Amino acid sequence: MTVASKPPVKPGWSFGVITPRVGLNIAVIATLAAVPVYAALTGNTFALTLFTRVVILAIAALSLNLIMGFGGMVSFGHAAYLGIGGYAIGILAKEGIGSGFVQWPVAIGTAALYALVVGALSLRTRGVYFIMITLAFAQMIYYVAIGLDRYGGDDGLTIYHRSQFDGLIDLSNRTAFYYLCFGLLLVGIYLVWRIVNSRFGMVIQGARSNERRMRAIGFPTFRYRLVCFVIAGAMCGLAGALLANHTDFISPAMMHWTRSGDLIVMVVLGGMQAMFGPLIGALTFLILEEGLSRLTEYSNLILGPLLLVVAISIRGGIDGLITGRRGG
Amino acid sequence: MAEVLLEIEDLTKRFGGVVAADGISLALPAGELHAIIGPNGAGKSTLIGQLTGEVAPDSGRIRFGGQEITSVPVYRRSQLGLARSFQVTTLFPDFTALDNVALSVQAHSGHSFRFWRKARREAQLREPAQIALARVGLAPRAASLVADLSHGERRQLEIAMALAGGPRMLLLDEPMAGMGPEESARLVELLRALKGAITVLLIEHDIDAVFALADRISVLVYGRIIATGDPTTIRSDPAVREAYLGEGAADG
Repeated sequence: MTVASKPPVKPGWSFGVITPRVGLNIAVIATLAAVPVYAALTGNTFALTLFTRVVILAIAALSLNLIMGFGGMVSFGHAAYLGIGGYAIGILAKEGIGSGFVQWPVAIGTAALYALVVGALSLRTRGVYFIMITLAFAQMIYYVAIGLDRYGGDDGLTIYHRSQFDGLIDLSNRTAFYYLCFGLLLVGIYLVWRIVNSRFGMVIQGARSNERRMRAIGFPTFRYRLVCFVIAGAMCGLAGALLANHTDFISPAMMHWTRSGDLIVMVVLGGMQAMFGPLIGALTFLILEEGLSRLTEYSNLILGPLLLVVAISIRGGIDGLITGRRGG
Repeated sequence: MAEVLLEIEDLTKRFGGVVAADGISLALPAGELHAIIGPNGAGKSTLIGQLTGEVAPDSGRIRFGGQEITSVPVYRRSQLGLARSFQVTTLFPDFTALDNVALSVQAHSGHSFRFWRKARREAQLREPAQIALARVGLAPRAASLVADLSHGERRQLEIAMALAGGPRMLLLDEPMAGMGPEESARLVELLRALKGAITVLLIEHDIDAVFALADRISVLVYGRIIATGDPTTIRSDPAVREAYLGEGAADG
């Protein structure tokens, strides 16, 4: 089958043919799958720690790509979901509820509920107003966390026992935990792919493209966007639960507004509306951040402008660079 | 006489000091192709906006199919069978022509809280969309991105999208604007073919097309309907000639 005879499927939705993009995706997946093996052979546990972080933040970026890339909803408060998920784990652990079967649903459910409230109040606005409202809510949650003296306030809270899934998986085994996160990321990518191409996904993408028009042809767009917002919030709440287990620590810094900015950068860097974009973006961002901070203490002075250049010059992010697609 | 499908009663809308709709009353029997003409700024687009629900009237009532819809939201009106095409083409540029029409079909086939099946593989959506595209003569362009369609083709697509939902009534807002003579002629043929099957409210500057197509014409000037009647009556109405046809015919 030649490329020319293919139906013009939007790039990023086609999984069938080996293209440069698919090649890169496979390479990234294979590398991530091999990280624990490398860590075990070389005794380099730092690599495992770094890549666990990559995978977890990729889940958060994936959820952001669903609303921002596909839905056109630029949330500048996405780190709040990480924090809420993390605090659900930390607070329950501190109060003696160690079971993951309780902790994780609470983390996901609380993040979803928060998304429902924020979405209901913000999704009637557009553009800068939407960005500012999502940011304002995230800042509010940030200051609430600082005020939680019982849970460490500004200093944060150490988690002494990771979530317990008795008989199922031991999260304190770093390799097992890594593969759990990695598996959840792959499941997440698959779910987002299904959602985006479903009837629901068509409505979400149509509303990004032209919401007024969507209403005119008969779609009550608000409720679909709200549900999409809640799905993304729940997914990011899960990432927060994973992050708390990974670092054994929670603090308001998890949801500082710069973290929300980092997530946006990861999505844009990897390529909005590309299924593996958030993963590739998170990978690139965190490795650059890590590498530059070893070279110089002024790493942010290099990282910032570098990302700016990437964002301006290749609008489809790394995915766009590979597929030759301009950003949309 | 056929039953009245759309009934507008004393519709009034002011924007500051400008009266865009000044007590408009109009009744369209089912199956009629009714054209509204008038000079620029007469309030034609405001009238369409009020009918679709994007503009809230200050007073007055709108009934559609016997149901009061004055405060019914935009998407509900579409679901009730009141479809519109836009004056400024507002399609989804990064979707194919078929995707666009399929979305319109989807809007009229139950809720869209379906998260799993691939919408682009659903025959229930694609087949009616294909039929609507064929109806406006766009079938060969089904797989083209909207961004790659010509201006005239986008207008045709607009109408295919409006038709795809199986509407009882079409609101066409200047469908011929910016079209070449050939494309206009093709569109006139298409509208002629729809006549009788679907009630149409046509807002159009192309006077020749209007007089060729319309069963009845209303003339809107400064938010007020100054005359309603069949083309012959309107053509010979002295008030119309004075207010509109003289200058309007000149600038096209």
